[in-house]
Amino acid sequence: MSLKQLTVFVENKQGALAQITDTLALHNVNIRALSIADTRDFGILRLIVNDIETAKKTLTEEEYLIKITDVVGVKIGDEPGKLSKALAVLDNAGINMEYLYAFMARTEKHAYVVLRVENNEVAEEALVREGFHLITDADVCKL
Amino acid sequence: MEEQRYYQKEIETMPVDELKKLQSEKLVKQVKHVYENVPYYRALMDEKGVKPEDIHGIEDLHLLPFLTKSDLRDAYPYGLLAVPLEDCVRIQSTSGTTGRRVVAFYTQKDVDLWEDCCARAIVAAGGTKQDVCQVAYGYGLFTGGPGLNGGSHRVGCLTLPMSSGNTERQIQFMTDLNATILCCTPSYAAYLGESLVEKGYKPEDIPLKAGIFGAEPWTEEMRQGIEKTLGIKAYDIYGLTETSGPGVAFECCEQSGMHINEDHFLAEIIDPDTGEVLPEGSKGELVFTSLDKEAFPLLRYRTRDICVLSRKPCSCGRTHIKMSKPMGRSDDMLIIRGVNVFPSQIETVLLNEGYQPNYQIVVDRVNNTDTFDVNVEMSPEQFSDTVSGVTALEKSLAGALKTMLGINPTVHLVAPKSITRSEGKAVRIIDKRKLI
Repeated sequence: MSLKQLTVFVENKQGALAQITDTLALHNVNIRALSIADTRDFGILRLIVNDIETAKKTLTEEEYLIKITDVVGVKIGDEPGKLSKALAVLDNAGINMEYLYAFMARTEKHAYVVLRVENNEVAEEALVREGFHLITDADVCKL
Repeated sequence: MEEQRYYQKEIETMPVDELKKLQSEKLVKQVKHVYENVPYYRALMDEKGVKPEDIHGIEDLHLLPFLTKSDLRDAYPYGLLAVPLEDCVRIQSTSGTTGRRVVAFYTQKDVDLWEDCCARAIVAAGGTKQDVCQVAYGYGLFTGGPGLNGGSHRVGCLTLPMSSGNTERQIQFMTDLNATILCCTPSYAAYLGESLVEKGYKPEDIPLKAGIFGAEPWTEEMRQGIEKTLGIKAYDIYGLTETSGPGVAFECCEQSGMHINEDHFLAEIIDPDTGEVLPEGSKGELVFTSLDKEAFPLLRYRTRDICVLSRKPCSCGRTHIKMSKPMGRSDDMLIIRGVNVFPSQIETVLLNEGYQPNYQIVVDRVNNTDTFDVNVEMSPEQFSDTVSGVTALEKSLAGALKTMLGINPTVHLVAPKSITRSEGKAVRIIDKRKLI
């Protein structure tokens, strides 16, 4: 069970982000979700894409600094309070979280949350035990 | 024009031909001393086929082999010592650290002559026994503090051995005790000036009348700025641990080049590529031969500083040759906040810490203080998906560099291959300080 996130180091220069998205677009890689953590000098771009192998290959060829990180993807109902419930599960299980970001599904009444936690397996088990559905790379491809 | 004062008038104003004669006598003796007591240099001379008997005077100086910083490193710690250790009373050491450390030894006479040189500089800057001399160079292994401290004693000034830093205390002592002469690095002088202005001091409220500033490159503009802010005359002083410390050369009232204390230090300008001696007035690498040093007598030591010598008569009456401010280096050494930094030291740290040596040093001067940034290319293995991961790496690398260099850089991790390359070769140093 896993969801792979593509992490890209982005220098804080004009047009740096557009260059990355252009490269991905050129190779028909579709971005499902993204988040950026930024500092004065650099940004860290985190992407969930439909075709991570192509994305990885393309960006590596372009000499980007990338990393594939295993993250936890959870499907939650698109209503108030659902995210809180998922977070409470992790909190109760004593799992620390580095960051999260979310995206909406187009058709279903669901949202997806991408979680970066200290222990994926424990987090996944806890979430499944509480009735949450996890999403995988295969699910993302189908979205 | 006020009357010229000298610390050692006879020697400082000695006619040039007499001075050269004196140098020749001293050189012959010194070469013999070194040949007999320093096996390391004897081997260099033997290799070149030069015997002490071949040196009859300064005209034969060019026959002697050069010494470089790497000789000093190879001979560390005792290899260039020319007297029994029991005759030494002091060491001083360069600011450079691992791999580049130079330890210089001093007999009591060496210390005395060094302090005389500093005293000459203080008197040339107008110092008398009525003055209060605030020494804000670092004390310790660094030669700045001990050298000027000794010189100040010799002149008879009331000496304030402040050492560097602690600006509040510097200002308090300066104003409470009416310091009239300030000795420190030019960047610290500028910083002190700004701090005084912030506290509401006007130049006329500041008791200082003169400053003796050295140990790092500074410009004419900086001099004017310091002179205006502090209401003083600012004098340059030059020296290096290898030959003694500050006071190898110093400025007089002319403020147009530094008189080299030629009775102790024989200066040459060479072509840094060929080693050929260049005529007076040529720009090249400065080479020193210590004529009087007992413990650590370096012959033809290549300073790597690029400058010009001039024997044009000086209105101050001193006959000793003048050197220009160093205009650069013939190696890649940088002087940042008064500390010698070699790019090779940075490479060593990077390799130790698991980085590829793909880096760039960016030095600038902001508010008269050097900024020191090191950009380092990160490898995919090191890259983390969290900001805290990257900043932790930056901090840890900065710590390792500080341990090696003695000064704190700001480290920026950057993407692979992002460091500017010119014609395929990475540009390692960007010095924006515009000091020349």
